[in-house]
Amino acid sequence: MYNPYSLENKTVLITGASSGIGRATAMECSKLGAKCVITGRNAERLNETFSLLSGDGHSQILADLTIEKDIETLGEQSPVLDGFVCNAGITTTKPINYIKQSDMDSLFSVNTFAPVILTKTLLKKKKLSKDSSVVFTSSIASETQAPGNSIYAMTKSAVATFSRFCALEFASRPIRFNSVHPGMVNTEMTDNLIFSKEELEADKQRYPLKRYAEPKEIAWAIIYLLSDASAFVTGTALKIDGGVTL
Amino acid sequence: MDINEFIEKFAEIFEDTDRAEFQADTKFKELDEWSSIMALNVIAMVDDEYDVLLKGDDIRGSETITQLFEIVKSRK
Ligand SMILES: NC(=O)c1ccc[n+]([C@@H]2O[C@H](COP(=O)([O-])OP(=O)(O)OC[C@H]3O[C@@H](n4cnc5c(N)ncnc54)[C@H](OP(=O)(O)O)[C@@H]3O)[C@@H](O)[C@H]2O)c1
Repeated sequence: MYNPYSLENKTVLITGASSGIGRATAMECSKLGAKCVITGRNAERLNETFSLLSGDGHSQILADLTIEKDIETLGEQSPVLDGFVCNAGITTTKPINYIKQSDMDSLFSVNTFAPVILTKTLLKKKKLSKDSSVVFTSSIASETQAPGNSIYAMTKSAVATFSRFCALEFASRPIRFNSVHPGMVNTEMTDNLIFSKEELEADKQRYPLKRYAEPKEIAWAIIYLLSDASAFVTGTALKIDGGVTL
Repeated sequence: MDINEFIEKFAEIFEDTDRAEFQADTKFKELDEWSSIMALNVIAMVDDEYDVLLKGDDIRGSETITQLFEIVKSRK
């Protein structure tokens, strides 16, 4: 069957696969024929994702991306890849008067530094094949302002910036690099925010599509960027935000 | 935990509201200076000073400073 979005014969590494967007991405990739290498910290939740994958030939690797040795081991154990979804992330809500160095250390460590070091490690170990595609999960936070979101937003704009530099430096291989920028998505990250249910409901009403995204809807955008359908797309930032930034 | 100390720390978050306006039975959401950003500051202050994670629903569910204090105390 003709399908330029197919991931048949592609091996894809997905970080943050034990939950939310990462889990949905792994599940959808497997349905489109990819062999998935999934990673996360929580063994039980990662294994649950593993059991939800379609087809066979998948593998799972536990790694804490704040530990440099774990990143090294992940790069070592990873097979040669056609796709890499750099998605693990954390958030916090801190108004500026209460920002602490430790908040920045933990958010930048997972959201920015780990993506940079893991990407470098995969490249140096020649685990990203010719014609492979890398997708970073950034956020519309990289260009919008919400009170309390400054640290998270800085980490997300930094990773999107890094993506553009990668796109330029590896275009000759070619390896493509793009970022996806979701608006709010119904995942644990959103459930755990400090905002009240009423505040979240009111926030949804700001979206022209009047709801938050389902994780799958972000996965489908990631899949487009992984697939041959996006062969001429590199260095771009793709918004999936129900129109909220209009 | 001491209510007066809590009121003191609560009052410090505000810039323009007179200190005398902050009493145990003050309905803080009725203060002119109250806003959703102030709510975030209260949550962050409680996290810093008392190591308790309040949520927006706790703020929503409290009217007076005492009510908020009781929530923080119950989670200590
Ligand atoms: N939800 C939203 O509204 C939204 C919007 C825009 C962008 N995003 C971005 O989308 C990505 C996925 O978010 P989500 O909503 O799916 O969040 P989630 O459900 O909370 O999942 C976060 C994932 O990141 C992993 N992770 C966190 N810290 C890690 C660490 N130190 N080492 C390894 N893995 C770690 C978690 O693994 P363990 O649980 O195994 O530790 C988990 O799999 C994040 O980058 C987030 O910033 C989310």
